[in-house]
Amino acid sequence: MLFRIIKRTDLTGTQAVMFRTAAVFLALLTSSVFIIILGNNPFEVYASMLEGSFGSVYGIKETIIKTIPLVITSLGIAVAFKMKFWNIGAEGQIFMGAFAASYFALNHADIPRPALLVIMAAAGFLVGGLWALIPAIFKAQFGTNETLFTLMMNYIALKWVTYLQYGPWKDPGANGFPKIANFHDNAILPKVFGVHIGWIIAIVLIVIMYVFIHHTKRGFEISVIGESENTARYAGMNVKKIIITSILISGGICGLTGMIQASAVNNTLAVEVTGGVGYMAIITTWLAQLSAPVILLVSFLFAVLVQGGAYIQTAFQIPQSVASIIQGMILFFVLGSEFFIQYKLILNKSILKKEAKGGI
Amino acid sequence: MNKQAFIQIKDITKTFGSVVANKDISLTVYKGEIHALLGENGSGKSTLMNVLSGIYSPDSGSIFIDGKEVRFSSPKDSIELGIGMIHQHFKLVDVFTAKENIIAGQSGSFFVGSKKLSKQIKQISEKFGLDIDPDKKIYNMSVGEKQTVEILKVLYRGANILILDEPTAVLTPLEVEKLFKIMKNMKEAGCAVIIITHKMHEVMEISDRITVLRKGETIGTVDKKDTTPKQLTEMMVGRHIDLSIKRVETTGKEPILKVQNLTVLDEEKVKALNDVSFELSKGEILGVAGVAGSGQKELCEAIAGLYPVADGNILYEGEDIVGKNPREIIKKGISMSFIPEDRLGMGLVASMDMVDNLILKDYQNQKGLLIDRAPVKQKAEMLIKKLDIRTPGIHHPVKQLSGGNIQKVLLGREIESNPHLLITAYPVRGLDIGASYTIYDLLNEQKAKDVAILYIGEDLDVLLELCDRIMVLCDGKLIGIVDAKTATKEQLGLMMAGEEMEQEKGVESVV
Repeated sequence: MLFRIIKRTDLTGTQAVMFRTAAVFLALLTSSVFIIILGNNPFEVYASMLEGSFGSVYGIKETIIKTIPLVITSLGIAVAFKMKFWNIGAEGQIFMGAFAASYFALNHADIPRPALLVIMAAAGFLVGGLWALIPAIFKAQFGTNETLFTLMMNYIALKWVTYLQYGPWKDPGANGFPKIANFHDNAILPKVFGVHIGWIIAIVLIVIMYVFIHHTKRGFEISVIGESENTARYAGMNVKKIIITSILISGGICGLTGMIQASAVNNTLAVEVTGGVGYMAIITTWLAQLSAPVILLVSFLFAVLVQGGAYIQTAFQIPQSVASIIQGMILFFVLGSEFFIQYKLILNKSILKKEAKGGI
Repeated sequence: MNKQAFIQIKDITKTFGSVVANKDISLTVYKGEIHALLGENGSGKSTLMNVLSGIYSPDSGSIFIDGKEVRFSSPKDSIELGIGMIHQHFKLVDVFTAKENIIAGQSGSFFVGSKKLSKQIKQISEKFGLDIDPDKKIYNMSVGEKQTVEILKVLYRGANILILDEPTAVLTPLEVEKLFKIMKNMKEAGCAVIIITHKMHEVMEISDRITVLRKGETIGTVDKKDTTPKQLTEMMVGRHIDLSIKRVETTGKEPILKVQNLTVLDEEKVKALNDVSFELSKGEILGVAGVAGSGQKELCEAIAGLYPVADGNILYEGEDIVGKNPREIIKKGISMSFIPEDRLGMGLVASMDMVDNLILKDYQNQKGLLIDRAPVKQKAEMLIKKLDIRTPGIHHPVKQLSGGNIQKVLLGREIESNPHLLITAYPVRGLDIGASYTIYDLLNEQKAKDVAILYIGEDLDVLLELCDRIMVLCDGKLIGIVDAKTATKEQLGLMMAGEEMEQEKGVESVV
């Protein structure tokens, strides 16, 4: 054997962050090869991705708008992941949250704006939460696999919204075009500093979530259950109840994303309302190690990739999927770096050398 | 004794990061010798044996087998040279038979010559007195049988140097006897046996020579006939230590716990506890002896509200607590402390720090939604001082502490909650002598404070010295309760095997 694998015990937090940062750079380096093959200069491509994200007021706004749903959804997912409840169903929970909010937006536009928005948010949270609750109850009662269950629920939600869009909720005034009517102004979230108020909601939620996980009893219970259900039982926790209420919160936050996207971004309910955020947020949550403040950072990075990816499409005539490849590359490298954070490889030669020197 | 050095280890040094696990350790083992490697936890015994079996590469130093210098780059090399290691945790495939496990991973012909193999296994078994059915599945085996399969496995691979890492920790007294017989047979066949242990009476019973390690260094090698347990302990601990456990006398005889006709069913609806009745008084340590899996775990968990009770009552200060969940029991102000068998799996949250682990049991008593860690931080600092817990700090994950320190955190937490009834299951499992005695002292301190203690133990000597009475479980049935002052080890051993002894002297009638 040329290498030996040895478990690390000596790595500090800063070093671990450096490893992950290095992984991101390595991913960009590897992606460069791909970009060169496509016949472009990687530096130019990266530079214009940054330009697309930060080069103009419009670009910056768009980047922030793309960050918001990622942050909020990641926070929701993090609650479930902290309990080792693998909620893959954020996508469906976003759809259902958007659906519930849209119901009030479309049918009760006469309610004053602040009240209507609060009702929409509450409905989005509740229905998103209930959507997540179904697999949670099945898991608590019958021990079903939540990963598959939540995933399948996504398709049901998607098809439900598709049905509404093409069927009962189709706008008769759209000339037969399958689309749901735009919301009344009362149902659209206001802007603060040129970006819809969702960014304030996201920041507030980050703070709340940080306090929730680290400084509340329920947050502590969630952490204990994630580590060992037996220990939780032994400490007198009602494990089933905690799992169910926490998943309600997890799904609810994802449902809130749905309300925000439908109201502020799409101004209506549509099958595009999630924009794949439910899946991308799984990646950001994981990369952020479930930490609320880090989620902001990682989500922003991914938003830059998405926004920059859209920009290079027009600037270089290369498909946006190149940006997706870079995303995939980053994920691959960062997950790979986790191995090197926990273990190190030692060349067998170096052992022999030490022996020759008489050791330490 | 054959005076030809079989294994010679010279100046082995092995470091892990900044920790020196072995420092210039030398050890010589002869053919036909049982050599005990004695030392506290963290003294470097296991590291040294892992070096010898090729799992670790030493930083420096050399190993000679039969006078020839060898260098291992993987365990395979050491196996080829006849070194077989029996680890504490068995590496067997549960759904395979003994025979299949023995040949698993062996190179050789594609088809397994079953008959020939059975014959070979039989030969080895007979030679060393290993009693095993080659066609029995591992999951049907007792711990002792599994260990025998492990030994058979390395012997089949041609081992003539056998290393056993704390082999008796999981065995019943009867199984230990069998194991020792096997070891003696191997010795007579000219093999070398190295046994890692910290149980003094085993060392004195089985070994020919003893090497004591302390803090990664060799303290010395002595002949058994020239030494005493006292001297060995002093070599091991580095200071004088009193080996006897004091039995604290208390006056209180007021019963606090009455268990009446307790029956619980396991997952297969088999009675894990069958009509068990006993009483426990304040200021009393009631020992529970029995072969592993006789219902000890179920008994503890049933009292703590973690295991459903099929029939019977558990009266705590006159009130039936059957059917209440652990939180209700805590809420009712009943102080019940329970140290589960699997410390890290159930009692503590491995990745959390001391503060979060200390808060685990009493955070529910805090008012409001938020959790206040400030008072617990002080408690953590206090426990570190009081119990001499070795940790880099109160925010260090408990899983990185040594076994003894983990146990101190757990027991410290339970005792700090000022319990009236303390249930401890195997509190010294895996602990070294020093740490074990700290635990016994802690328990005695609690007893003196009139705390009633249910002590699930495995070492009969300790049970006899520490406890006031000992109840013996076998297959979920209460065989009898004996007075620890008059009972003998032999008597307990027989009872553990299920022989009722109500007529014998010293046995109280079953309550």
